[in-house]
Amino acid sequence: MGNLLTAPTVVDSSEDRTMILNMGPQHPSTHGVLRLVLEIDGEVVVRVAPDIGFLHTGIEKTCEAKFYQQVVPLTDRIDYISPMHNNLCYCLAVEKLLQLEIPERAQWLRVLLSELTRLNSHLVWLGTHAMDIGALTVFLYCFREREQILRLFDDLAGQRMMTSYFRIGGVALEPPLDFYDRTRAFLKTLPEKIDEYEDLLTGNRIFIDRTKGVGLLSREDAISLGVTGPPLRASGVDWDLRRDMPYSGYEKFQFKVPVSTDCDVWARYVLRVQEMRESVKIATQALDGLPQGPIKADAPKIVLPDREAMKTQMEALIHHFKIVTEGFGVPAGEVYQAIESSRGEMGYYVVSDGTAKPYRVHMRNPTFATLQAIEKMCVGRLIADVVAAVGSIDIVLGEIDR
Amino acid sequence: MGLVTDTGENKDAVLAAHADHRAIAALTQHLPDAIQNAKYDRTELTLTIARESIVAACRTVQAAGYNFLVDVTCVDWYPNQPRFQISYHILSHSLHQRIRFAVFVEEGDPAVDSITGVWPAANFYEREVFDLFGVRFGGHPNLRRLLMPEDYRGNPLRKDFPVEGYR
Repeated sequence: MGNLLTAPTVVDSSEDRTMILNMGPQHPSTHGVLRLVLEIDGEVVVRVAPDIGFLHTGIEKTCEAKFYQQVVPLTDRIDYISPMHNNLCYCLAVEKLLQLEIPERAQWLRVLLSELTRLNSHLVWLGTHAMDIGALTVFLYCFREREQILRLFDDLAGQRMMTSYFRIGGVALEPPLDFYDRTRAFLKTLPEKIDEYEDLLTGNRIFIDRTKGVGLLSREDAISLGVTGPPLRASGVDWDLRRDMPYSGYEKFQFKVPVSTDCDVWARYVLRVQEMRESVKIATQALDGLPQGPIKADAPKIVLPDREAMKTQMEALIHHFKIVTEGFGVPAGEVYQAIESSRGEMGYYVVSDGTAKPYRVHMRNPTFATLQAIEKMCVGRLIADVVAAVGSIDIVLGEIDR
Repeated sequence: MGLVTDTGENKDAVLAAHADHRAIAALTQHLPDAIQNAKYDRTELTLTIARESIVAACRTVQAAGYNFLVDVTCVDWYPNQPRFQISYHILSHSLHQRIRFAVFVEEGDPAVDSITGVWPAANFYEREVFDLFGVRFGGHPNLRRLLMPEDYRGNPLRKDFPVEGYR
């Protein structure tokens, strides 16, 4: 390393030129408990080995001991920043196993809330990513708007974060009356707020210097390492499951999929900001075109009856009792259902043996695969760039370790 | 796309009904002995691949346009034999199609060749399966536990492992 002309003539031939540096598991920029073992030569990274599993709670094993409907609240806990995407993906997988048709109103509500969840997740990402790099103010701005989304979720489901609002066969409740007006008002102001974030970052010399040309990941590497979501699109692959393999009625919405060929941390920032603007559009379309009708499928043996019906009708009471005490049988088979979550392709692989409990639930979480690309992004760069690269893949350890 | 016929689990019927499917066409042409069984259920195609041909089968479908490995996982069918089913989910960006490979391995020798040479993305997934199910992957560059501690004994996702763990 260093300038060859002024470098001392002594050639260091010893093997221990490099040293090992532990980053994490308590490092603030690892967003949880990621441990990176860095081999460094001076300040240049030679090797990166992620060490994960500190948050492993065995959720997949727990799912096998629960009824199908009892798994829904567990899926929230996998990713505490975008819980509704996990809810949605699991419910869609079980509905595919059951071959259950979901009413249109429930589908549109799911799209609306998925996009609000994406906004929520991207706001948390933007705030923390900018903070890792040193721009503290953006964090406060982002959490201001995120708080509004969480208040909407609170009114909707009674919970700010672990909503469990999507259920097998539809959604849990009819939203409160002022929910639509408040959501509309929020969506109307959000584009201006995104402009504010961009004012702070997009023209910011320090932010540009810290992100442009950093964390490079080529298109070929991104595909072979299983990278999905914004990092994949930032590497020039035009692929978004919402448009290319639509689910839950996404084919009825008009939106653009931003793609970039810059392959760096900067491109991932630009794409996510553009995605937030698109999410606002999708959510507004969902609000405008929200159809009337039921919010739950007409399947009394699977979907819990309304409280009122349960108290007044014998049939509904029996169904309620049966579902709660025995669950419902799901025909044997295996399905893999994927959705575009805020971080990339989230997939649930559910295997049924015909009983009321899932035989196997496997979550394919986007950042689990994307983490494998961290070595490609960091080798040959400075340690400070590792922080930018880890932030740019929007890492959530809850979903990596499960 | 001609993928509407639900033929259930019947190798010849599935292969005949989906003869124009790119993955099936490529496999029947290049590796006719690899497909042991085929299932078309709930619009998803599952091909059971002979254990020794999984790497060749992955290379074949990769060349046929299935460019993206999404997921590798395992299902424990204890006490049935063969006990472990390794499931590979593969996606094609150009065809907008998914396929699933299943490989069955016996309890006595739970091992299969690693596909990290075809898709490096399999690295973490195979380590996870090794960790939680105890299935070994031959030729894997770094087959160590991923989620559980290094000195842990047992494979938590096996069906004969109690949900509460051993006390």
